[in-house]
Amino acid sequence: MHNNKYLQEELIRMSGVNPKKCMRCGKCSATCPAYDEMEYHPHQFVNMVESGDIEPLLASKSLYRCLSCFACIDRCPRGVEPAKLVEAVRLAAIRQQGANHLTADKVPTMLDEDIPQQAIVSAFRKYSK
Amino acid sequence: MKVSYFPGCTLKNKAKDLDVYARKSAEALGVTLEEIENWQCCGGVFSTARDEVATKLSSVRALKEAASKDQPLVTVCSACHNVIKQTNHAMQTDKEFASKVNNYIADGVYEGETEVYHYLEMLRDVVGYDELKKKVVNSFKGKKIAAYYGCLLLRPNSVMKMDDPENPSIMEDFISAIGATPVVYAKRNECCGGYIAMESPELAKKSSNAVIENAKAAGAEMIITACPLCRYNLIKNGADIPVVYFTELLAEALGVKEDTNA
Repeated sequence: MHNNKYLQEELIRMSGVNPKKCMRCGKCSATCPAYDEMEYHPHQFVNMVESGDIEPLLASKSLYRCLSCFACIDRCPRGVEPAKLVEAVRLAAIRQQGANHLTADKVPTMLDEDIPQQAIVSAFRKYSK
Repeated sequence: MKVSYFPGCTLKNKAKDLDVYARKSAEALGVTLEEIENWQCCGGVFSTARDEVATKLSSVRALKEAASKDQPLVTVCSACHNVIKQTNHAMQTDKEFASKVNNYIADGVYEGETEVYHYLEMLRDVVGYDELKKKVVNSFKGKKIAAYYGCLLLRPNSVMKMDDPENPSIMEDFISAIGATPVVYAKRNECCGGYIAMESPELAKKSSNAVIENAKAAGAEMIITACPLCRYNLIKNGADIPVVYFTELLAEALGVKEDTNA
């Protein structure tokens, strides 16, 4: 596992997010459609990356509940763009050896005859490297 | 006029209607959609990480081919549009990213010069809704239709720049242009659940139900969308009013629907 200081810098560089801009208003989490499904919410991703408390985020299923809907990106009054940080943490997690969240052999069990290809490619893009 | 066209994976498969009616209607409006040769899937969702390079190359190759013909690039799927427009924006604004990308691009560099339009923008800004109105032969007069934008058409607004992201009108104006009555409701730009349908159908159900109930409460008799995954999620999760692609209504309004085999 990475050293936290290095990982923190890498997440900030990958995402382009400056967590220090956050004023803790919570609007990102209030507008998040996956809020109820998340252990850590968008505002917590920002705060925890800022404080270097990153290990719990890397291990959390919350990473795979973000819908990439860009609501928190557009509605943040400070332009922090929390989803970019969620994306960076998710990539840091799945880029590790053997850490893909979705593997091809699981896909057939998730399909019905109407599901569009778009769902499958999107899930792979977000859940696997 | 001729424009480059990126159909995308789903429009060749589960969403053939979205594609076929788009092409037929464009012809009727004087626009030829020239399909990009050997296009590759956009990947469905844009990665906001600046160090993700390989996953964005398919978009850049399509953009570069459009540039080589000096044509704008038109997409009709909300997801393809979002990915390609965001990739183009990154090529224009992030020099470090663009230089990494160009290491993989054959025959010269690409720097974001192509203009990317969603089909709806083409209708509004190139054809013009007033021109469209004149070509309507089957009016939807009296029909109450709700536009469902979802997330990908409008956000992130700093890049998409299609409309007011919280109070859009591009689809409502389309609905008016084909003679119907647009139904405005609060959840029209909230997420349907998207690809979470794969892993957590319950979350997709909750999100989609909220959209359907809200549209119906506002009086909608039909919902239109530009996104195959939005349409799937709404239908899968109990929509008891029709959920159709906007291109199908367009083709019907223009009197070209019967000519297609969709």
